[in-house]
Amino acid sequence: MKFVRRIAYRTFMFLLTLVLLVGIWELYKATGPQDGGILFGARVLPRANDTAMPHVSTMFSRYGRPEVRGSDKEIWQVVLSGAWFSLRLSLVGFFLGTTIGVGLAVLMARFKTVRRGLLPYLVMSQTVPLIALAPLVVSWGGKLEIGSFVWPRWLSASILGTFLAFFPVAVGTLRGLTSSPLAAVELMSSYAASWRQTLFKLRFPAAVPFMVPALKLGASGAVVGVVVAEISTGLKGGIGRLIIEYAREATGDPAKVFTAVFGAAALGLTMSGLVAFFDLFLMRNRPRETST
Amino acid sequence: MSVVANISAVEVIGASKIFNEGTDNQVDALLDVNLTIAPGEFVSLIGPSGCGKSTLLRLIANLLEPTQGEISVNGKTSAQARLDQEYGMAFQQAGLFDWRTVSKNIELPLELKGWDKKKRAVRAAEMLELVKLHDFGNMYPWQLSGGMQQRVAIARALAAHPPLLLMDEPFGALDEMTREYMQGELLRICAETATTVVFVTHSIPEAVYLSNRVVVMSPRPGRILEIIPVNLGSKRSELTRAADGFFRSITSVREALRGTHADHVASTAIRGVEDR
Repeated sequence: MKFVRRIAYRTFMFLLTLVLLVGIWELYKATGPQDGGILFGARVLPRANDTAMPHVSTMFSRYGRPEVRGSDKEIWQVVLSGAWFSLRLSLVGFFLGTTIGVGLAVLMARFKTVRRGLLPYLVMSQTVPLIALAPLVVSWGGKLEIGSFVWPRWLSASILGTFLAFFPVAVGTLRGLTSSPLAAVELMSSYAASWRQTLFKLRFPAAVPFMVPALKLGASGAVVGVVVAEISTGLKGGIGRLIIEYAREATGDPAKVFTAVFGAAALGLTMSGLVAFFDLFLMRNRPRETST
Repeated sequence: MSVVANISAVEVIGASKIFNEGTDNQVDALLDVNLTIAPGEFVSLIGPSGCGKSTLLRLIANLLEPTQGEISVNGKTSAQARLDQEYGMAFQQAGLFDWRTVSKNIELPLELKGWDKKKRAVRAAEMLELVKLHDFGNMYPWQLSGGMQQRVAIARALAAHPPLLLMDEPFGALDEMTREYMQGELLRICAETATTVVFVTHSIPEAVYLSNRVVVMSPRPGRILEIIPVNLGSKRSELTRAADGFFRSITSVREALRGTHADHVASTAIRGVEDR
């Protein structure tokens, strides 16, 4: 029951925050300067006019109208199918990223030398700009031939999601695996438990509170990776592509790009919602420091 | 030595433990310790912080290797004894796993030994009965009080029926009332299961109340000063705490502990005289 109440509470807080955000948006739109606030020649306050900041109601009503004039598809259908396409790629990327991240964390927790040698490279890997990496992955993938396996184009986008997802997972899991209290580790060794037994019966369960935030970061990282890859490799069908297409029409149809942006945000929320659910499930019987 | 029917529960011969040997922060934790414990005996290790009592316990448990000397448990090397789970251990922090129910916590050592599920559940129920927590098997550790958690930790330590129980200040974090209750419970449990106990503590009354012998240790380097037998009989109750013998034993342990201090004061005083 506590489980259900916690979900209800979180949903309520989420909706409340949403209402507040809409309120702030509309308040600024009503009171802010139409052409922005200029201070010493630099624009410090955003424009509050309809092109830069459409009404929230305009954005939402835009969902009900066709994507382009004369099309029989309303825009919510297009955005939804784009988001669904990107969600699947993100899930693949997140799954691969989590597998690799957890695997690396276990290796690093087991062997100090691996940790010392590998960790700097993992940190370095995250400084490579994704935009530079995207075409490389596509061309490498294209050259890959394993038997009858042909590298699909979408897989490159998923791999870039993996690239952003694995790092927080690896670091967070490593932190969690090495955080077991000394007394518990001593207890396990007093039972002559093998390293594997200690890993599964102590270290992983004790790591869950550290892994959850890491997985949340990983999940949103996978989405960012996929969306950016869609944009920079020109992959069709996903939400990234829609954002770039709709952004070109921003002057004539300013609400349109927001429909795709919200689609991407909903995508990220869905992904971290999955992790949150996993969290609630795994932590259902554990004490919570923040009781609500 | 000839093989005798009566194998010692614990045999420590000339054990020393030096941490960070050869470096600037070398610590002589234990120096040439000899101790023999008979099966069924209750022995407490007492002494000020840094006297090496926890180190000695960890040497017996094979959680640490001695720098010198030999340690055997039930006639086996301490390493073999650990592999065979010849002992159970309990710490100051109950150290129960939050994600396991009370029963599953007690089953942990059995699980690691590869017992099947049904056998484990039967034993866990028995152990819960032993520590008088039969209604709490399905609760989680954090839902229990500190004393109850410690009882679960004892049940876990004894679940595989090891002949030896090693305890490192297990009641140190409990309030005085709970502590005395737990001492009584521990004696009852050990008598019912015929377990040998090595018990590390800071408290003189606790050591005296529980033990057949109290090992008094002194720090820097950690060594045994004196082993004091406690003759309070095998049946002890709350009345024991008011008995003359109880106070006499407390006094002799206290004097043995002070001994180091008094010697130290005396020797500096004498040197002071000589210097002048």
